[in-house]
Amino acid sequence: MRTLLNVTVLFLASAFGLALGWLILDLPVAAVRLPEQVTAQLEMSGVVHPVTAVLLNFRGYDTLLEIAVLLLALLGILALPRHVSDHQHRPSSANPVLQTLTRVLAPLMLLVAGYVLWAGAHRPGGAFQAGAVLAGAGVLLHLAGLLPAWATPGRTLRAGLAVGLLVFIAVAVALMAQGTLLQYPLSWAGALILMIEASLTLSLGLILAGLYLVLTDSGVQK
Amino acid sequence: MSSALVYALTGAALFVLGMAGLILQPHLLRKILAFNIMGSGIFLMLVGVAQRAGTPDPVPQAMVLTGIVVAIAATALALALARQLLDMNGEMRLPEEKTGKDRLDV
Repeated sequence: MRTLLNVTVLFLASAFGLALGWLILDLPVAAVRLPEQVTAQLEMSGVVHPVTAVLLNFRGYDTLLEIAVLLLALLGILALPRHVSDHQHRPSSANPVLQTLTRVLAPLMLLVAGYVLWAGAHRPGGAFQAGAVLAGAGVLLHLAGLLPAWATPGRTLRAGLAVGLLVFIAVAVALMAQGTLLQYPLSWAGALILMIEASLTLSLGLILAGLYLVLTDSGVQK
Repeated sequence: MSSALVYALTGAALFVLGMAGLILQPHLLRKILAFNIMGSGIFLMLVGVAQRAGTPDPVPQAMVLTGIVVAIAATALALALARQLLDMNGEMRLPEEKTGKDRLDV
């Protein structure tokens, strides 16, 4: 019975895969040339790098919804009952090599995050990559035993988690007066994007680190 | 055939692999992993198909960047829910999967 199911699923999946591959090869050229449109509008966006321009200007509402989804996922995890494990393993609390290395690396990672955030305006980089580096620093600090897990985020931490979404919404509401959603005035576009990206970086880093730090076993406060 | 098409076809293969894994693997951790592989396949397809003409298209790249971050959040939530299920039932599988012997379990 199980074997029959396996064979059927594998057969159907292979057939679907072949059809998908054939469709990809057979796909006609897109009617709308998006790269040209982005290039034509790039100087209106306030940044030089096309991906950042798309993320924060042309399709800014996607990014707005994304940070909302991230916050929602973290809230969902926080809303679940705390996990009580039988074996409370303290994550390598006394490893001097790891701790020393982390103490050296964490400030460097902050620096890299700041650079990547700043670089996003004119080359690959931006809030997401910077936030991921920040989150990596947070997880590393926790693994080295230097940062306790977040069983219940305090007031400051909660403010940090929400600041990205709040700043983004504030900018969106302030710009609603001109009638279109998230269309920045040309002279302010660069500054507004940098402000949104900076707050997004902080929130993204905290949320992504939180996804790990809230889920770890040692998050249970004795 | 351009290299972008190779990416797109690899994406299609990954999507199908992930789909089969999602259906066949009863263990929830494997289901979550398979779901992520499906997602990665879709990202590869989006980026690959969009630049098959030769020039990279920033719009799908931005969409995929957004998608990757959302996928991480969804995975974390799924893991939290799976662990909740483990705490409640003592096993990492859906109630519907209980019947039938599975050799693929870890």
